[in-house]
Amino acid sequence: MDLLEYQGKQLFKQFGIPVSEGRLATTPAEARAAAEELGTQVVVKAQVLTGGRGKAGGVKRAEDPADAEQKAKDMIGLDIRGHVVEKLWIEEASDIAKEYYLSITFDRGAKQPLFMFTMQGGVEIEDVAANDPDALIRLHVDALEGYQPWIARRLVYGAGVEDPGEQKQLADIIGKLYRCFVECDAMLTEINPLIVTPDGVVKALDSKFTVDDSALYRHPDIAEFRDPGAADPFEAFAREKGVTYVKLDGSVGILGNGAGLSMSTVDVVVVAGGKPANFCDLGGGGNAEGVVDALEVITRDPQVKSVFFNIFGGITRCDEVARGILEALDRMKIEIPIVVRLDGTNAEEGRQILADAALPNVHVSPTMLEAAKKAVELAA
Amino acid sequence: MAIIVDLDTRLVVQGLTGSEGRFHGLRNRAYGTNLVAGVTPGKGGQDVEGVPVFDTVAEAVAEAGANTSLIFVPARFAPDAIYEAVDAGIGTVICITEHIPAHEMLRVYTYSRPKGVTLIGPNCPGVLSPGKANVGIIPAEVFAPGSIGLVSRSGTLTYQIGYEVAQRGLGNSTIVGIGGDPVVGSSFIDVLERFEADPETKYVVLVGEIGGDEEEKAARYVAEHMSKPVFSYIAGFSAPPGKTMGHAGAIISGSSGTAAAKKDALEAVGIKVGTTPTEVAELVVAAARN
Repeated sequence: MDLLEYQGKQLFKQFGIPVSEGRLATTPAEARAAAEELGTQVVVKAQVLTGGRGKAGGVKRAEDPADAEQKAKDMIGLDIRGHVVEKLWIEEASDIAKEYYLSITFDRGAKQPLFMFTMQGGVEIEDVAANDPDALIRLHVDALEGYQPWIARRLVYGAGVEDPGEQKQLADIIGKLYRCFVECDAMLTEINPLIVTPDGVVKALDSKFTVDDSALYRHPDIAEFRDPGAADPFEAFAREKGVTYVKLDGSVGILGNGAGLSMSTVDVVVVAGGKPANFCDLGGGGNAEGVVDALEVITRDPQVKSVFFNIFGGITRCDEVARGILEALDRMKIEIPIVVRLDGTNAEEGRQILADAALPNVHVSPTMLEAAKKAVELAA
Repeated sequence: MAIIVDLDTRLVVQGLTGSEGRFHGLRNRAYGTNLVAGVTPGKGGQDVEGVPVFDTVAEAVAEAGANTSLIFVPARFAPDAIYEAVDAGIGTVICITEHIPAHEMLRVYTYSRPKGVTLIGPNCPGVLSPGKANVGIIPAEVFAPGSIGLVSRSGTLTYQIGYEVAQRGLGNSTIVGIGGDPVVGSSFIDVLERFEADPETKYVVLVGEIGGDEEEKAARYVAEHMSKPVFSYIAGFSAPPGKTMGHAGAIISGSSGTAAAKKDALEAVGIKVGTTPTEVAELVVAAARN
């Protein structure tokens, strides 16, 4: 789960990482009120889950509360790389003397958290890594040893920070960020830029924060950050129904059992010359209840013109799945064509059950590729 | 021979008295796996269809001689269950549980790895050596014994490929589901190393998917260390970046972890990559018949 800037900063604040004062606003009037309350010059910042908002006009300094209101008016509804701005973070403006970069990522390849720190912040970190790799200090942490103060020394001295006041503040922030990373079950915590003000104060001017979905059960406060309105409406509906679903942009609806087979089904539709409308994993079973929920989610998308139902029967036998499909279709009205491929345990019986039912919009295909071709043809 | 599970496997199921543990544990036993014990804290002294249940894994080891553990306990208790198995001296721990927090698995991995324990999973279907032992939830009836080793991050996709191999009259030495999480106990390389050393395995099929760089690392390993032919299939060519595709680990982060990059890395070292699950089955079967 990705967090918005202000949500990440709220967590930073809880862990004692210095951030600027700010207020959330969803209307121009709220933006004005926030600026008045803060009583300083403010920056109006669009809260969207994408990078590059500065260039897209999503970060603007306001001279006074009236200006903040105007800037908010311009910004709300703005489309930034496909994300429509609905929330603004109104923050005390900061003077910037230097911009650093600090992050911790969950390095799944190395199976260790990875610190990255450089004095060349405020730009894309990939550019620093490519153009001046020596300026970027990378350091893995042993998950059992955890954070030790030497880690901060390696990062700060390694990157060439010379000011003792900065060194001290950075060491403190580095230790706190690690605690925040571990205790929030983060997959990524990034501060870019981590600024130094002209009077030598180090603070986080931005935040990028991703939390492990599997750990949300022990972070109810973070789970509450999820904004159903911000997600794709079809994905939000799927979440409500407990269906594993990702919206894609085509016309062939896809339903498979198991993550790997479902991904593979999406690929095979492309191989067959079609455009998949979604990824949807039915999970291990194939009971009518699960099928109804999944079909409801898939067919809610008006772009869907056919559905490719791809099942491999293992412990769940294909005849049971076939009965589940029939029961599901009995309980809901679907007029678009459905192409079913059943393979594995009792596949023959399953196909026979579907053939006997002779539903006009249900087509049975023996192989994955043939079924994909049929579904693509019917969606055209 | 085969790898990881075989006729010497003495299985304890942690969570045998739960519905999943009971169903699959007894299924594994019906297949011929030597199920010697179950563990459920507070239910020591009971039995499940004649299988003795103990309060702790240590007792299952001491009294029933368990050497392999299969874990079915819910995600929030699963890390504890893995630690318990490792500390009780179990040599092979197979964890089916899905949704264990990644940070927990990082610590479990860092702890258990230096102890030399074989940890498979979590979020995996288990390990099957056809004709010898089945430990987990793999539908053994769709596989046949043979010389093709199969290692995969996915369950049903593996079943599909194994089934197609069996339909063509060949079979598998061992099927290993390493799991779909970002941090799993055994990597592709760990399993490839064992297949290379296993005299029964003549060919290997590696089934990967988007996310991480384990397939790329496996490609380098195959080029440098393997004499046996390896074939591959990768799922997720059409997956959009930043979206979790069913498995917690199946996510393209930025531009890393794409299916295309994995396919390129595998093909660069001469591994044939099938476009569909059927095609990879055909490729390995054709090689085995020659």
